[in-house]
Amino acid sequence: MKRILTNPKTLQRIVYTPESQLRHPLKLLRSMMYDLFASRELAWRLFIRDINAMYRQTILGYVWAFLPPIVITLTFVYLNSQAIFQVGDTVIPYPAYVMSGTVLWQVFIDALNSPIKLVSSSKSILSKVNFPREALILAGVGEVLFNFLIRLILLVVVFILFNVHVQASACFAFFGVIILIAMGLMIGILLVPMAMLYQDIEKGLAVFTGMWLLLTPVAYPPPTHGLAMHLVQLNPVAPLLVGTRDLLTVGTLAQPVRFLLIAGITFGLLLIGWLIYRLALPHLIQRMNA
Amino acid sequence: MSKDVLITVESVSKRFCRDLKRSLWYGIQDISTELCCSKSSSLSLREDEFWALNDITFELRRGECLGLIGSNGAGKSTLLKLLNGLMKPDHGRIIITGVTGALIELNAGFNPILTGRENIFINASVLGVPKRRVDQILDEIINFSGIGEFIDTPVQYYSSGMKVRLGFSIATLVIKPDVLLLDEVLAVGDAHFRSKCYNRIGRLRENAAVIFVSHSMDQVAQICDACLLLEKGRMSYFGEVSEGIQRYLEGDSESDGEAKPFEIVEDPVIAASLAWDRLDIDYGGTIILTAKIETSRAIPGALVHIPFYDREETVVAEWNSRRIGQVINLEQGCNNLQIQLGPLYLKGGTYKIAFILNDSTGNRYHFWSFKKYVVCVNGSVRGKAAYQLG
Repeated sequence: MKRILTNPKTLQRIVYTPESQLRHPLKLLRSMMYDLFASRELAWRLFIRDINAMYRQTILGYVWAFLPPIVITLTFVYLNSQAIFQVGDTVIPYPAYVMSGTVLWQVFIDALNSPIKLVSSSKSILSKVNFPREALILAGVGEVLFNFLIRLILLVVVFILFNVHVQASACFAFFGVIILIAMGLMIGILLVPMAMLYQDIEKGLAVFTGMWLLLTPVAYPPPTHGLAMHLVQLNPVAPLLVGTRDLLTVGTLAQPVRFLLIAGITFGLLLIGWLIYRLALPHLIQRMNA
Repeated sequence: MSKDVLITVESVSKRFCRDLKRSLWYGIQDISTELCCSKSSSLSLREDEFWALNDITFELRRGECLGLIGSNGAGKSTLLKLLNGLMKPDHGRIIITGVTGALIELNAGFNPILTGRENIFINASVLGVPKRRVDQILDEIINFSGIGEFIDTPVQYYSSGMKVRLGFSIATLVIKPDVLLLDEVLAVGDAHFRSKCYNRIGRLRENAAVIFVSHSMDQVAQICDACLLLEKGRMSYFGEVSEGIQRYLEGDSESDGEAKPFEIVEDPVIAASLAWDRLDIDYGGTIILTAKIETSRAIPGALVHIPFYDREETVVAEWNSRRIGQVINLEQGCNNLQIQLGPLYLKGGTYKIAFILNDSTGNRYHFWSFKKYVVCVNGSVRGKAAYQLG
């Protein structure tokens, strides 16, 4: 659609045509990098705006960021203790095990929901103002990280309470978190075009992610036999989540090859998702109700 | 600065779909076409589609202001969106040189819970302006908007006028565009604020090519150098402002807001009729009106008022017996009134006439003929105002 021809001595010249931008891949790549760079200040502003507004109208404020992991953990600890739902032994005390799994799961889910959430709530400015749209995605990542850091404080407190020793490999665990965010973001951004047109996607996500939590070894150790083992093997989030938790608490990575393979594929698909997002948006803006 | 061409539009067309479900499906198709790199310039319509814009071509240079007019649904906002780069044309191409600034959505990015001051930074950022520039002119923005101490109150507590003034102040003070797009945003605030706005837009105009969309013909006549009239997506006229406005008003004969003509009599008038020696005149011509009024009793000191309405329902000329001191005493039975209207120095066009016969207080009407008769002044004299001097 647009080719930007720039020359420092003259004015920037933009040409809008019906043809696909993929016909000029180098120019497309250049404008993508330019927009990514240009969007950083706007992304920061939007991030600050949303963080400020999020808790301003509440009394409890940032306490609300802590509550979901606490409630989920308490629920599973209760079920386990009452033998309603028994998971066997875990390497570290069960509450700490569940809490760390929950915090990691939450960061994945936040990243998954953030592109659709932000693009949806920005429909009116998208259809009226031309701004670098990468800012929306980056602002979302900022919010995900912010919420994660708050919950990390909670996790540290729990680890201290239950006397869990964090291993030296914890610094690699940080990369695990980044890859979890990348995977959530990748799926979210790939779903944006369909989600903006058909509301089924958002509704389906809400239903599906609830079930997905139970199919991932968040509140139980990875199963070693049976149908459950196969399902967990098919689940792409499982090795990332389990691996990151292990790096944090155990010190070793159970399936390093799989971990790295999934990480590589995730980043590759994330870039493709970005490309599709960019190419699809003008068509979506035309059909959005704003 | 030399007059370089900043906006070039060549044979641009855009199609939209009427049906929701089909539109969403076409969205999927269009995205797939884009991703598969197939040939996508199209001059055909799929089912349920129509041309929102059809074969638009024009050029605009720096310092020129183009008025974009047309009735609702003519395609004006669609054209602005294409120029702003929000949508792709389905045919043709658009070349924009320089930085584009648009005053289309005034409070873009605002969060109502945050204060006006915080929202200034957000809005400026959405418009692509770095923070350091905003810091430099923050006080100027606050002063221009006239918000005063409320700048630190959440925006959700602002009146709609305040919100719009804030949005306008931010937008016009932070951007320095080469191409400026204005979508019906000049009708904001009180008279004082509006004159500040005109000044500000005037200054932005000097260095930019401006496209101004409006339904107010007054504003278009005041600001624009040329006008483009769109009718159902097609370029109906491109050229002189007064001619464009004329054609727009003539074509707009089925406007819903206009009141339907009527003629009523009230006691003591039993019957009344109006006769005109002619209704087609030249510039400066005169019309002789003969009114036959039959009454059941005498009406001393009656008042007659004859207003002339232009296409925008503004009264552009009137004959008022009270003002000129003409005493009218109607007797019981049939009365003949002969009134000379003219010379009428009105520009070419059509004018509807009303005839109102009131009692001596002016509060009660006895006979009211509303817009039943139309005077046609031939088009030799044209201009922006209805009354032409000299």
